[in-house]
Amino acid sequence: MSRTRTPVVTGWFTGEGDDFHLLGTRCSACASVFFPREDTFCRNPGCSGGALEEVPLSRRGRVWSYTDGRYRPPSPYVSDPELPWEPRTLIAVELTAERLVVLGQAVTGVTVADLTVGMEVEVVPGVLDEDAETTWTTWHWRPTGTRG
Amino acid sequence: MTDDVAVLGAGMHPWGKWGRSFVEYGTVAAREALADAGVAWRDVGSIVGADTVRGGYPGYVAGATFAKALGWQGARVASVYAACASGAQAVATARAQILAGLADVVLVVGADAAPKGFFRPAGGDRPDDPDWLRFRILGATNPAYFGLYARRRMALHGDTVEDFAQVKVKNAASGALNPYARYRKRVTAEEVAASATVADPLRLLDICATSDGGAALVLSSLEFARRHGAADAVRIRAVSTVTPRYPNTVLDLPDIATDSAVAVEPPSDTFRASIARAAFEEAGLGPEDLSLAEVYDLSTALELQWYEDLGLCVEGEGAKLLREGATALGGRIPVNVSGGLASFGEAVPAQAIAQVCELTWQLRGVAGDRQVEGARVGITANQGLFGHGSSVIAVR
Repeated sequence: MSRTRTPVVTGWFTGEGDDFHLLGTRCSACASVFFPREDTFCRNPGCSGGALEEVPLSRRGRVWSYTDGRYRPPSPYVSDPELPWEPRTLIAVELTAERLVVLGQAVTGVTVADLTVGMEVEVVPGVLDEDAETTWTTWHWRPTGTRG
Repeated sequence: MTDDVAVLGAGMHPWGKWGRSFVEYGTVAAREALADAGVAWRDVGSIVGADTVRGGYPGYVAGATFAKALGWQGARVASVYAACASGAQAVATARAQILAGLADVVLVVGADAAPKGFFRPAGGDRPDDPDWLRFRILGATNPAYFGLYARRRMALHGDTVEDFAQVKVKNAASGALNPYARYRKRVTAEEVAASATVADPLRLLDICATSDGGAALVLSSLEFARRHGAADAVRIRAVSTVTPRYPNTVLDLPDIATDSAVAVEPPSDTFRASIARAAFEEAGLGPEDLSLAEVYDLSTALELQWYEDLGLCVEGEGAKLLREGATALGGRIPVNVSGGLASFGEAVPAQAIAQVCELTWQLRGVAGDRQVEGARVGITANQGLFGHGSSVIAVR
C-alpha cells in the first residue's frame, strides 16, 4: 500500500534532494526574514510594514548547539510504543545569511558524538513518522562532512 | 523610581508529590501567609491568583478559587497567567493595585499540582501553536532546550559537566536545610554523574523535577504597614515584567527558531539580562548591592547563565564564580540558598512567589541554618514560556 507524502507543516519547506530548502518570508519594506513564516504582519517594531514574500532559506549553516532526547517525548510527538525508544539528536543551526537559528532533528544515525559547535550542516528532506495512509515529511540537518 | 510596598506575610505549603488538589496547597500557603502577617482574611481588600494551565483551566485555577476556599468575603479578584512568570505577574498586579490606592492589603496566591514526567502541551491538534509544534515536529521537550544551552556554554565558555554537577551539589546542600523543599538530601557530584542522561550533556540530577506546591504573600501599602506595627517590614522595591526586544536572537522555549538579525541589530543585552536590568533600574540598585539571589535553575547550567545575566560576573565567568564558592552559602553572593528548583522541583505558578518568600525570610533574618548573614537586598529572576520576564527586588 502506498502512502501519501505530506509535510508535517504546510509551507515550511519544499523541494527534493539537492533542491530541498526551508521556506521563510521576507518583509518587502525592511527585509526582515521570518521562520516560521509570518504571512500577515512584519514583526519588526520599527517597520511600517510591507508585503511578506516567500523566500527559500540558506541550505547550509553552522551548528549553534546540539542535544538529544534520551527518553520518549510525550504526544503529540509520534513514536511506536511497541518499539524501544531510539534517542533523537537535535541540532540548532545558525544560518549566516539570514542571521537566525533554526532547530531541527539530525538525520538518523548522527549522534551528539558526531557534532561540534560551529560545524557545517545542511538541510535535507526527512521522514518524521508514518501512519496507515500518510508519510509525514520534515526537514533534517546533516553534517556536510558525512554522506548517507 | 516607584514607591515600595510592604511584605507583611509569607507562607508556603511544602513542595512534593502529594497527590492532592492545588486548591489545598494554595489555601494552606494563604492561611500561613495571613497568620504570618497578623492580618485577618476579611480585612484583605484584594486577592490575586497566579494561574497554571495544568490544575484545570484559567477561570478555575484562579484567584476566585482561593477566595472561595478561604471563605467568600467580597474581596476584589484578579488572576494572571504568564507560565513560570505567573507568580511575579501576580506580585506586579498586587503592587499596582496598592500603589494606585485600589487596595491597602492584597493576598497573592499561586499553587500547582504537577503531572508526572515531561511537561507536554495542552491536548488537541493545534498546528498554529509553537508549543504544540515543537513537540509534534521535533519531540523537543523542555530538557532538550536546557541541553542546548548547556552544550553552548561548554563550547563558548569552557564550562564542564563537573561544573554543572557542582551547582546541584551546592543547591542540594541548601535545600537540605529548608523544611519547605521537596528534596532534603545532600547530593554528591558522583551521584549527579551516575544519574541517567536525559538531554545530552545534562543528566537527571541536572534538571529540575515537576512538583506540587503552593506559596502566598500578603502585601500592603507602607502606610498600612506602619499602622499595623510593621514599619520595618521587608519591602518590594522593584518588579520587572518585561518582554523581549526584537530581534530576540537567543533560541528559547518553545520556539523552533530565533528572530532574524538581518535587518535590525540585536539589542546590546539578551532578554534574560534585560529582565534583571529593568529591575535594577527601577530599584536604583545594581548587582554590587545584592546580598543574595534566587534564580530559576530549571537546569544546573542555566543557573550559571543567570549569574552572568544578573551581572554577578561578566559573561563567560559563571562557572568561575561557582568554583570560587562565591554563590554558595557563606560566599560573596549566595544564589539559591532556598535550595532552588534543584531542591523544590517546579510548581509553576507558585515558584516565583516562593522565590519572594525566601527573600522575605532572608531579609528578616529568620532563615535559620541557611541564613545569609546581614542580608539587606535580594533579587529573584525567572522567565516564563513565550517571553514573560520576571524579577523582583526586595530590601530591608
